[in-house]
This record gives sequence, structure tokens and C-alpha cells, in this order.
Amino acid sequence: MTPGLPDAEGTLAALAERMRGGVAPDAAFVGIYSGGAWVADRLATMLGAGHRVGYLDVSFYRDDYERAGLKPNARRSALDFDVAGATIVLVDDVLYTGRSVRAAINELFDYGRPAAIELAVLIDRGGRELPVEATYVGARLSVARDLDIVLSRAADGTLALAAEPRVAR
Amino acid sequence: MRITIEGGRVVDPVAGREHAADVHVADGRIAAIGAKPAGFAAKRTLDARGLVVAPGLVDLAARLREPGFEHKATLESELEAACAGGVTSLACPPDTDPPLDEPGLVEMLTWRAHARHRVRVHPVGALTRKLEGAEITEMAELAQAGCVAFSQADRPIADTQVLMRAMQYAATFGYRVWLRPQDAWLGRGGVAHDAEVATRLGLAGVPVLAETVALATLIALARVTGVALHVCRLSSAEGVELVRAAKAAGVALTADVALHHVHLCDVDIGWFDPLARFEPPLRGTRDRDALRRGLADGTIDAIASDHAPVDDDAKQLPFAEAEPGATALELLLPLTLKWADEARVPLPRALATITSRAGDILGRANAGRIDVGVPADLCVFDPRAAWRVERAALRSQGRNTPFLGLEVQGRVRATLVDGEIVFEQ
Amino acid sequence: MTGLARNPQLDANGGLRHLLTLEGLPAAVITRILDTAVPFAAIGEREVKKVPLLRGKAVFNLFFENSTRTRTTFEIAAKRLSADVINLNIGASSTSKGETVLDTIDNLTAMDADIFVVRHSESGAPHLIAAHLNATGRSHVHVVNAGDGRHQHPTQGLLDLFTIRHYKKDFRDLSVAIVGDVLHSRVARSLVSGLATLGTPDIRVVAPRTLVPTRVEATGVRVFNEMHKGVAGCDVVVMLRLQNERMKGALLPSTGEYFKEYGLTPEKLVLAKPDAIVMHPGPMNRGVEIDSAVADGERSVILPQVTFGIAVRMAVMSIIAGNPGPRE
Repeated sequence: MTPGLPDAEGTLAALAERMRGGVAPDAAFVGIYSGGAWVADRLATMLGAGHRVGYLDVSFYRDDYERAGLKPNARRSALDFDVAGATIVLVDDVLYTGRSVRAAINELFDYGRPAAIELAVLIDRGGRELPVEATYVGARLSVARDLDIVLSRAADGTLALAAEPRVAR
Repeated sequence: MRITIEGGRVVDPVAGREHAADVHVADGRIAAIGAKPAGFAAKRTLDARGLVVAPGLVDLAARLREPGFEHKATLESELEAACAGGVTSLACPPDTDPPLDEPGLVEMLTWRAHARHRVRVHPVGALTRKLEGAEITEMAELAQAGCVAFSQADRPIADTQVLMRAMQYAATFGYRVWLRPQDAWLGRGGVAHDAEVATRLGLAGVPVLAETVALATLIALARVTGVALHVCRLSSAEGVELVRAAKAAGVALTADVALHHVHLCDVDIGWFDPLARFEPPLRGTRDRDALRRGLADGTIDAIASDHAPVDDDAKQLPFAEAEPGATALELLLPLTLKWADEARVPLPRALATITSRAGDILGRANAGRIDVGVPADLCVFDPRAAWRVERAALRSQGRNTPFLGLEVQGRVRATLVDGEIVFEQ
Repeated sequence: MTGLARNPQLDANGGLRHLLTLEGLPAAVITRILDTAVPFAAIGEREVKKVPLLRGKAVFNLFFENSTRTRTTFEIAAKRLSADVINLNIGASSTSKGETVLDTIDNLTAMDADIFVVRHSESGAPHLIAAHLNATGRSHVHVVNAGDGRHQHPTQGLLDLFTIRHYKKDFRDLSVAIVGDVLHSRVARSLVSGLATLGTPDIRVVAPRTLVPTRVEATGVRVFNEMHKGVAGCDVVVMLRLQNERMKGALLPSTGEYFKEYGLTPEKLVLAKPDAIVMHPGPMNRGVEIDSAVADGERSVILPQVTFGIAVRMAVMSIIAGNPGPRE
């Protein structure tokens, strides 16, 4: 584990605690691939209240297509419930510029008009470039601009955080 | 004017030898090779050290595009290209517009060419009226007007009876018949050699059969009619075989191959490059090998440039719609030298394919020869000078050739026709 | 004019700039297109079947040869990517108006086209266009070949590969039979290119000799002239459309005899594997190359092919339009 980075499992537990009691009982968790999807699954289990879980791939809604082309490894989004009228908790692993969340919200609206959308993130590292804020945050961090915070999942499902040098595009 | 070409290497393709010697020109003829004749005072001396002095090149197929296709090229530009290429005699096919089936047209063409005091232009007359393959032309009149032979260009005669009678009529007067072996139906509509490349690219194919079926017919008819037959633009290994067998059996025929067929094959079409569109099409590597061996062993007598200036508009089209042909007069020398070098053919023998043997086919006594007393048609060139085939470097109005971008060796330094310098660099 | 020596569809980094042919397309590129088509297929199952990827981009459907079907699927695919679509039916001969293919292209790129979807009756027309765009500094304009003469129909090949992968998973142990007029078929050529690249061990063409291209074995196929031997034990049977013009030109005597010898009937389908799938690029000539019982039967995946075709074309357009061209 990189010194200075919080323990992922511990942060996840803290996030779940913050959400317990606050999140609507019929809310659906929608995780953004792939880190957000892992966190959404774990949160649903930890909260144990039968929240439905869906997954979003935002590759087709990103704002950097012009510059960087289509990202490889786009996956099917999977929302097996009706988005129209639903209360959605969007879940992501790291909140940074806010662009992924913007893309996810746009994509959600192409499925239907939700009643409300909240945002739960494991890590908020600041550095926003859009007016986006998380409803529930696991931990806040200050990170150098040349580093990426990356969530990984071990074979037994254990989550871990690491800092990697940002790849220049 | 009296000229001495000094210090060069004289190549005699007939004798098959080369030696260092000066060449002296007077009154339009070669006055001496070697020592100066007594009392000879040259008005001009050409420094030919390091250069080859050869007979002027004889090209059996060069389209000048007049009459009828002046938007593609003119006599002026093409004869200039010929001079720059060291070509001093050329035969032009009858597929002009109108075709060369009237003595008046032939006379006009030869007169216009002659007025330019440059290359000797020998028209090949149409064998049938309008090249339509039905009625024979007035061959005696056309011959009188200057036609050296009779041909159908790229329009085969489908009716074998007409073909036979045309050959018989020509044989009556001893006229030569130059024909491309091309079946009228097999490969009709085809644009590429019928094999793997055409199959993969989805191009309609011209099978080798289209050449061999027609060639077998031509040979059989030539045998019976006794006409002097010249087979134009062989393209296939089987075609070379048929010619070899016919010659061995004593049939009087000659054959040529187009310059591009000596070097290229169907793979050179690449991704539908219209510059590689030819008729007959570029064939397989085995065919190319057989053509090269046929040239080396004499089965194929001559290389023809098959010069065809094509304007850009007619080339920048999908492959099947593009006009076939490429500019070639200025490449005849360097690409023949390239073949000779690769095939290890001695220079005099190699040059014979574009001088003396071509001259024999042309039927003009001194064409392609370098002897004392013959008209001084000469090509003085630097065999080692390298240059890049580029549009800007070509004098022909047609700048489309599949050899664009190629580095070649062989640059003409001076061309003489009738003892006059018509080109110098 | 040079620039046709190397394949103009890949850029210097091996990225896909145009889609002209499946020949020489690396397996990784083909696989990426198929993988990308999966989420696009899911888009088609939503209420709002659009994503904003190509918003603001103009896709020009340039059909020099008519085809309502193909043009419509490209139009749907482009619109699902939020692109603007302009349809141009130049008709059988551009030269009838005196304008060449390249003149038409020059005029249209002046109207800010981003993608040209081109169908032409001559093999090589899209290559000519792509080379021309590359050579005139407009390599940010992309070309998709929607069928050129007999040469290739790469998006059809890709959707056929997608279909096969969807039902059969792994190409490496498949036996695929392509039946019909292979000589004139760009669909067959594309599918063979793609199957060979993806490692299909047994690719067969089944046709009378008059409809088999010369030395087609060089493309990696086995030739069968008899239907019952050709489809025996196959996992996939692809039926090609037979056009009426083939009766002229002495290639075939009649559609009746053709159906008897080469038509896919239940009796012949039984010779293939029990779980074999039946494909057809459409439109079908029922009773000529395929029996209705088979076309509408449970092994037929002909309708899913159409749906997959939209997703595959979305994948192709979004991958190539995302290629920004050389950085100047």
C-alpha cells in the first residue's frame, strides 16, 4: 500500500456507514465501470437492504472523443430496472474532474427520467473542472496532478488503492 | 555538318561487340568508325568519354496521339520525348482517330512528322477498314504512302475467314502483318490477369487462354498463308512457348514484348493502382520470368515501349474504368539496360532488342545499325548516369507511368538523326 | 497518384483511418470492432437508441450503386451515433453527368463531410477515394466501403463474423461453408478474409465451376462443387444471393436447376451439424438459393444478422471517426 493513501476496505466501511439510514430504501445503485461497479456491489452487500445494482459504461458519453478517439474495452451497460421515476445513487471509485459523472448522468437520462440522482464516491481527490459534488464520500485526499488514484480488486474480492503516474496523452 | 563523336564506346548490336572508337559523321551518314577519314575536319566534336555510342533506338510501338487525341499529347511533345529517349525511328499503331486506313491520313502524318526534322515516324496501317475487322484496306496504297506494316492495334479480328484473307492479301505483296494475339471473346471485359490477384481484388480477369488461343490461330494461319507475321506484346509464359515452338518448326514469325511486361507483374497493381492498368494485363511472376528468358534466348526479338500518353483525368478513376497504358519513350533505354544488368545479358545483345532486331522487324534496311555508310542515326548515352523517374523529368505530355519514383540508370546525352543533332544534354 | 502502394486504410501507427477491406486487417483490429459492437447492440435495446459520440459530424452516404437496405442500415447506425446524415444516390453512372468519382468527393468535402460511406459498382473505388483524400491533405475525412464491385463489403463481413461469434464463440474449431455465386461476391471475399485472419481452420466455398473464381484456393479456402459434400459437418452455412444476370453469359442454365443443385433445403441442411446456423446477407431469393422452410426455420439467424449489422456499423464509424488523422 502506498504511504499516504487510506486503506480501501476501511474507507469503504466508512462510506457505507455514512450512507446507512440516509439512502432511500428503494434507491438503485448504479456503478460506473469498473471501479465504481465493484464499489456499488460491495455497498449493496454491506448495506444489506436489497438495493438493486446496475452498471454503466460511459465510453460513449465521454467528452474527450474528439481528442483521443474511442476508448478501447467499451462494455455493455446493464440497467435491469426502469430508470424513469427511480431514485439512483451513482457510484464511482474516484471523483476528480467530475467529467465521468457528467457523462454518467447524461447516459442515465437516455434510459429514462430519474426522480433523483445522488452520488457516492470512495475517494474525493478534489480538482473539479465541472460543478459536481458527491452526496456521500468515503475519504478526501489531496493528490499531485501527475498521479492517478487507481482502485484494484484482488481475486478474493478485496479492494485496494494505489497511486500511479498519470499517462500523458 | 561534319561531326566527330570522340572517345566513346561504340556498340554494334549486329556484330555483337563493343569497342572504343571515334565515330565520324558527314553528309548525314557515318563516314568512318575509328580513324578519321583523310581530310576530315569536324565542325563539331562531341566529347563521348565514358559514354556509349549506339545506333539510335528503334521503337516498334509508340502512340503519338495524332490525329484525334491531341488533348492527350501532340506530335511535337511526343517526338521531343522520343529524341530525349534516344529513339530515332518509331512505328506508330493505326488506332488514331480516324484510324490510319486512308492513304491521305498516312501522308499527312508522315509529312507533319517529317517537317519537324526529328525522329523517323513509320506509320503502321490498319489491316481492315476502321479497324472493324470486316473489309481489308487498300494495303498497296497505304504502303506507298509510307506504312511499314499492317495491324489491328487492340481490336482483334473475330472472323477468322477475314483474318486469313487479310493475311493472304498482305502476303501477296510481301507486306508484314503485326498482330496482337487477342481472342475476341475470352476475357472480354477483363481488366487484370485471371489469377490470384484479380480474384482477391474482385477484378474481371483476362485468362492466358485469351492470348494462347488467338496465338495458335495466328501461327496456323501464318503457316498456311506464308505472310510475314510479327506477334505484338506477348504477355504469358505459354505464349512464349508457342512462339518458340513455331520458330523451331520453321514458321517465319517475330515477336515483341512491351517494356512494362519485362519488369512488372500483377502484384504491382497493389491496391488498384490505375498506373498498372495495361492491355494485355500484367501477368504473373512466372509469366514475367518466361518473357525475360524469351528475350535473352532470342525467342522474343524486340522490346517495344508501347508508349501511350494518358492524361490524368483518364487515370484517376476506379481501376476498371481507368484508361490502360503508360508513357514509356523516355524509359525504353534505362529499363532495357536494367533488364540487361539483372539478366546478365551483354550490352550489344541487349541493345539489339531495341535497335537492330527491331529495325529488322520494321523492314527498314539500316534502322538500328551502326556501320560505315548508313544514315547517322545515333544514340549517345551515359550508362551509369542515375536519375529518378518523376513527372517533372518527363517530356511526354503523358506523365503517367507505374515506374514513377524509380531510380534508373541510363541517360541520353545526344541523339542524332540523319547526321543532325536533334537532342543534347 | 502513388500512395496506392501501401494499404491506405491504416495510419502510420496501425490505427484504422478508413475501412476499405478486411484484407490485411490485423486480427486485433477486427476483434476490437467486434468487441465494440457488443455495447452498441445493447444501445439498440434501450428506449433512447442514441449516444452522442458523432454529434456534429456529417456522414455522407455516397451510393454510386443503388441499395436501399445497406444505405438504410448505415443511416440508422449514423443517426444512433447522433451524426447528421446526408444521402446521395449518384446512380449507376457518375460519368453520365460528366462528373468523376473524385470530382464528386472534392465537391462534397468542401461541404464539411466527416465520413463518406461509399458503395460503387467498380472494385477499388473506395481505395481511389481514400488515397486521394490522404494525398490532398484531407486524411481527417474517413471512408467506409459499403461494397465495391466484386471486391469487398467489409461491414457485411464484420457483421457476419459478429453473428458467427455470437452463436459459436470460438472461430478456431469451426467449419464454415459459403455457398453460391462466389465469383461475383464481395460478401464472400470479405467473409473469407475475416475468417482466415481469425484462425478458422475450415473455410469452404461451394459452387459450380463457372461461379468459382480462378485460384480462389490461394485465399485460404477449399473448393467444393457438390452441395452435399460441401455442407457436410459444417457449423455455419452462408448462402449467397444469386442475381438474375447470371443466366445470361452462359454461367448457369436456369434458377430451377440452380435451386435443385445448390439451393439450401431442409434435406441438405441435415447434412450439416445438428446445431449449425444458417446465414444470408440478404435480400433473399426464396426458392432460388434458399428454401423458405430453412429461411424461416429455427437454425436461421438471418434476422439477427440485420440487427447486428447496425451495431457493427456503429462500432466501425465510431472507431474510425475517433482517429484524428495525422497531427500536423
